[in-house]
Amino acid sequence: MSEPLIQFSKVNKKYGHIQALKDVSVSFNKGEFISIFGPNGAGKSTFLKLLCTMTGPSSGDILFEGTPLKKLKDDYRSKFGVISHQPFLYSELTALENLRFYGGLYGVEKIDERIKEILTKVELYKRRNDKVRGYSRGMLQRLSIARALIHDPEIVVLDEPYTGLDTHASGILTNILLELFDDKKTIIMVTHNIKQGYDASSRLAIIKGGKFVFNDEKSNISLDDFEKIYTEAVSK
Amino acid sequence: MNYLRTISAVVKKDLLHELKSREIVVSMLLFSVLTVVVFSFIFEPGSEFKNRVVGGILWMSVIFAGLLGLNKSMMSEVDGGNFSALMLAPVDRSAIFFGKAISNFLFMTIVEAITIPLFMVLYNVNIFNTGFLPLVVFFLGTYGFAILGTLFSIISVNTRTREVMLPLLLLPVMVPVILASVQALNIYVLGNDVVESYKWLKLLAVFDIIFTVVVFAVFDFIVED
Repeated sequence: MSEPLIQFSKVNKKYGHIQALKDVSVSFNKGEFISIFGPNGAGKSTFLKLLCTMTGPSSGDILFEGTPLKKLKDDYRSKFGVISHQPFLYSELTALENLRFYGGLYGVEKIDERIKEILTKVELYKRRNDKVRGYSRGMLQRLSIARALIHDPEIVVLDEPYTGLDTHASGILTNILLELFDDKKTIIMVTHNIKQGYDASSRLAIIKGGKFVFNDEKSNISLDDFEKIYTEAVSK
Repeated sequence: MNYLRTISAVVKKDLLHELKSREIVVSMLLFSVLTVVVFSFIFEPGSEFKNRVVGGILWMSVIFAGLLGLNKSMMSEVDGGNFSALMLAPVDRSAIFFGKAISNFLFMTIVEAITIPLFMVLYNVNIFNTGFLPLVVFFLGTYGFAILGTLFSIISVNTRTREVMLPLLLLPVMVPVILASVQALNIYVLGNDVVESYKWLKLLAVFDIIFTVVVFAVFDFIVED
């Protein structure tokens, strides 16, 4: 059996007296689309922060293709593209200037060609010279998707990506995610929307009280059964 | 991306952002000019006493304007979560810090370039009486302020009382820089022997070197949580 892409081994994370993650051991394979559900304060954001090296574990190991993250250099972060409910964009700069800056940090070659390609995909190429300040919420999120994918990452991490999106922007995001899944990218999405997450993903997980209380392939469970398990898990 | 290119990318981005928004330099400049003008009313024309204190007034106007600028500069990173995005980039995080610190240094230098001549006219003093060593004082003092100020603005920006928290954290640590800069400047204003100022210049240089090395070594740990 091949090495998991990401493996958490007995990971604990404490913020002062608060234990955000408790003894988490979980692994995800390359090319999976994982949707993680859980109530507020369950530890979802902490899990994503640990994954992206925004914070380190209090104890335990996080492995990427079998190598502990501690041993990997800054280059590890180039494997990720993060789409959050925050846009990660400079409001006074144009879409083009934002993408040039982030593309530069990720060492993207032929940056202008890549920007054209990605802005066309999110239907913002015509607005490339407009200041981000004037963008609607949907446009901001589409540009945020372009920013996250500018360096063609192996793993796409999404933290509540559908928050505040209109139908058009939601549709574009879903299409892009399905395209990425077809391209064998690994997608890890945290969401509250069970139907949307179930439909899109290949693996489902539930975090409650800092622990993974459910983690299985979607093919093993129906939407109705999963909804029951989720309701039961969060109401305990 | 190598270290220097990361610093350069952050500086270029900050300059472009400032060129378009004109938020940081304009507010800093207004504040420092107002401070200098208001304090100029205190002294009677030709007062001998003023020469002993004007160095302090000039530095305080620059330092307080700098505090204003640091808050604004870091807010542009926090709004929209940009600082998180910078920390996610596959580059040495201290390079991002030094990019921000250099941008803040440049913004303060622009403010000083306008405030100092105005100050010399309003207070009828020539800080370049004994040569151009005051420029070294401003360079070293501003650099020290930018390094520590950027560090503390990153720490304080996520607190609810950031406007109060930044000076509370920063000013006590900045005492050696303020003291050395004011003392050196007073020597030049009073026309004393410049050799007397060398010990203050050395103190400023040592302070700058120590904090540059310390920040380079510990920045990753500071931003981790």
